[in-house]
Amino acid sequence: MSTAVRLIYDLRFRAIIYQIMAVGGVLFLGWYLYSNVVTNLSDKNIATGFAYLQREAGFAISTQLIPFQGSDSYGRALIVGILNTFHVSLLGIFLATVIGLVVGIARLSSNPLLAKLMLLYVEFLRNVPLLLQLFLWYSVIIFTLPNVRQALQPIPHVYLSNSGLVVPSLNWSAAKTGVLACFLLGIIAAFLYRRAAISSRVATGIERRIWPMMLAALAVPTLIGLFVFQPNWSIDWPEAGRFRLTGGSTLTPEFTALLVGLALNASASIAEIVRSGIQSVKKGQWEAAQALGLQKGEVMRKVVLPQGLRVMIPPLTSSYLSLFKNSSLAVAIGYPDLVMVSTTTMNQTGQAIEGIAIFMSIYLSISISISVFMNWYNARVALKGR
Amino acid sequence: MTVISDHRVSDHRMIEPQIRPHAGQGLWAALKPYLGTPLNAIITISCIALVILALQALVSWLFVNALYEGTPQDCKATRGIGICWPFFAAKLRFMTFGFYPYEQHWRPGIAMAIFLSTGFITMIPRFWGRWLIWLWAAAVIAMTILMWGGIFGLVRVPVHTWGGLPLSFMLSFVGLVCAFPLGIVLALGRMSNMPAIKIICVMFIELIRGVPLISILFMASVMLPLFMPEGMTIDKLLRAQIAIIFFAAAYIAETVRGGLQAIPKGQFEAAGAMGLHYWQMMRLIILPQALKIVIPPLVTTFIGFFQDTTLVTIIGLFDFLDTVRGAIRDPAWQGIAVLEAYLFAAFIYLVFSWGMGAYSRFLERRLRVGHD
Repeated sequence: MSTAVRLIYDLRFRAIIYQIMAVGGVLFLGWYLYSNVVTNLSDKNIATGFAYLQREAGFAISTQLIPFQGSDSYGRALIVGILNTFHVSLLGIFLATVIGLVVGIARLSSNPLLAKLMLLYVEFLRNVPLLLQLFLWYSVIIFTLPNVRQALQPIPHVYLSNSGLVVPSLNWSAAKTGVLACFLLGIIAAFLYRRAAISSRVATGIERRIWPMMLAALAVPTLIGLFVFQPNWSIDWPEAGRFRLTGGSTLTPEFTALLVGLALNASASIAEIVRSGIQSVKKGQWEAAQALGLQKGEVMRKVVLPQGLRVMIPPLTSSYLSLFKNSSLAVAIGYPDLVMVSTTTMNQTGQAIEGIAIFMSIYLSISISISVFMNWYNARVALKGR
Repeated sequence: MTVISDHRVSDHRMIEPQIRPHAGQGLWAALKPYLGTPLNAIITISCIALVILALQALVSWLFVNALYEGTPQDCKATRGIGICWPFFAAKLRFMTFGFYPYEQHWRPGIAMAIFLSTGFITMIPRFWGRWLIWLWAAAVIAMTILMWGGIFGLVRVPVHTWGGLPLSFMLSFVGLVCAFPLGIVLALGRMSNMPAIKIICVMFIELIRGVPLISILFMASVMLPLFMPEGMTIDKLLRAQIAIIFFAAAYIAETVRGGLQAIPKGQFEAAGAMGLHYWQMMRLIILPQALKIVIPPLVTTFIGFFQDTTLVTIIGLFDFLDTVRGAIRDPAWQGIAVLEAYLFAAFIYLVFSWGMGAYSRFLERRLRVGHD
């Protein structure tokens, strides 16, 4: 047999050929698409590059965490959009976790009625498309709530109407940011102290009280901050005027609908994750913990949840990530998130490729960094193999 | 009990047989989970109260205060109090079939009936066999002819008028059928030991899973035309379909990979020792086992993906959710039957998604094999 024929039957040689073919195919496709884009763009006279980010945007954004006017640049509009995406996602993740935890534990309740009701809740939310849920919440707010003049008052000083939810707010100032920073420093100090104390206890075997020093580490920086910055604790109460509400801070119907929709939808999957995490802990663990004389709450906190958490973390990460990605549905009900600001920009400038590339890479980088972080955390808490 | 000072270790006498404490009989035993502790009693009572309130509201909305006949103006008066049936009488066909020519509605109707009954037959284990492939092929041809027309005296119906429930089914079904093989190939590529192929597959999967579906749809609707050579245009529906296929393939690939990783290494080695080459090994030994493991998560992916087809409404396709919204936006009915329409849509999605989920649980029980 000639060498050429023998080479064809060589698996390693074949593998190299296949890979060269695959890479070549991908490169060719990339080149082909790129050359098409270049011809199309020059034919249609569409500008390229990211210079447009500096130009004046000329549109208004209804919800903004940092000040924005029409005379500001597209770049700033994009940042407003990113902040809005984070705002709704983080609040949504917090709400979804709280509701999901409660529902997940209630699903395992010894009371069959409660367990069944919670099952109903989960099934309903999981089997109706999220986009439809968002439309539903939005239209409930817009069409069934009364107008501002007859705003409902579920709790004193909280007004609910078809133009949104108005809640009392703190007048935020630089001084309060300072206090908040001090408080965060305190949390970090307390955490570091706790770690050091635990490792010294492990090393020496001498038991010392940890909490007084932890409390001090928490409180002292906050008190110093309060003393140094002297913030003014006035609360801005909303007031019902003749035609509209003044004061307080308003959550727009779009934001409220998006937040409620995202949080409830994710809470259903989180509930299922919590349930299966708790169920994954073997019955023997419960019994052994009880035999050691631990209280029921302690069994949950010290034995079951730490082990269940290990099972829960990977799916929990993906449901947080999907909430974050689903926040892009904001564009359907008109909440100015990253995608909506980008589409407005694309419509005005015609630079679709840049616009889509920007928001896709933002989503991609955040998704990838969260999953890298979660993989690291998961590796830390995973069972150490022997 | 005996006295311990006595040197006997145990007592000779047998203890009389006794009834188990709190034997599981009688009314109390049946009620115990509900009323056993004060907390449980409170939970039970509040649950019952909640259910009664919800049922009361539902019955009064659906039946007592319902408006059976009337004009949109009559419905406006009972808005939020009772269901508006005239809305459904006027708009049900539009919501179901969209802008498909009105007098031709029987065609998508029959196509949908064929689709659902073929799907139903496929779900019954006793019919499983090779002939199902032929059945599906025949069904697809029949449905295409019905929808498209142009032969057998059927009027040709342009694609841009397709809409409603048949379009939603089509997007999910075609998406699924194309994405499934692509997903398997991607999963195999990701598990491959050829580094270049592995990297290409990982990049494709992670790129798509890292961004929201809406961005891929935008890409397909806004960016794809720029990527095409001069003079070539692809229909908007087809572009959305391609986006859905890529999106679904990436998720299916990750699910299938989970199954592939669960197959013990011995299976690969044994297949190799028998002299099977790569594709034989995969087709005959590995994939049948791997796919069986991933049926439940795969069905969850499918359900999610059936629901995700609603997103095409954002790029302006007339899927079911969009025709429902179209019915609401009709000037005559504007803002009148919003809740009715959305709840109707929710009910339809609920029935199909829940049905698929229930079927997957049934399948899981049936396919469970003895050794695991």
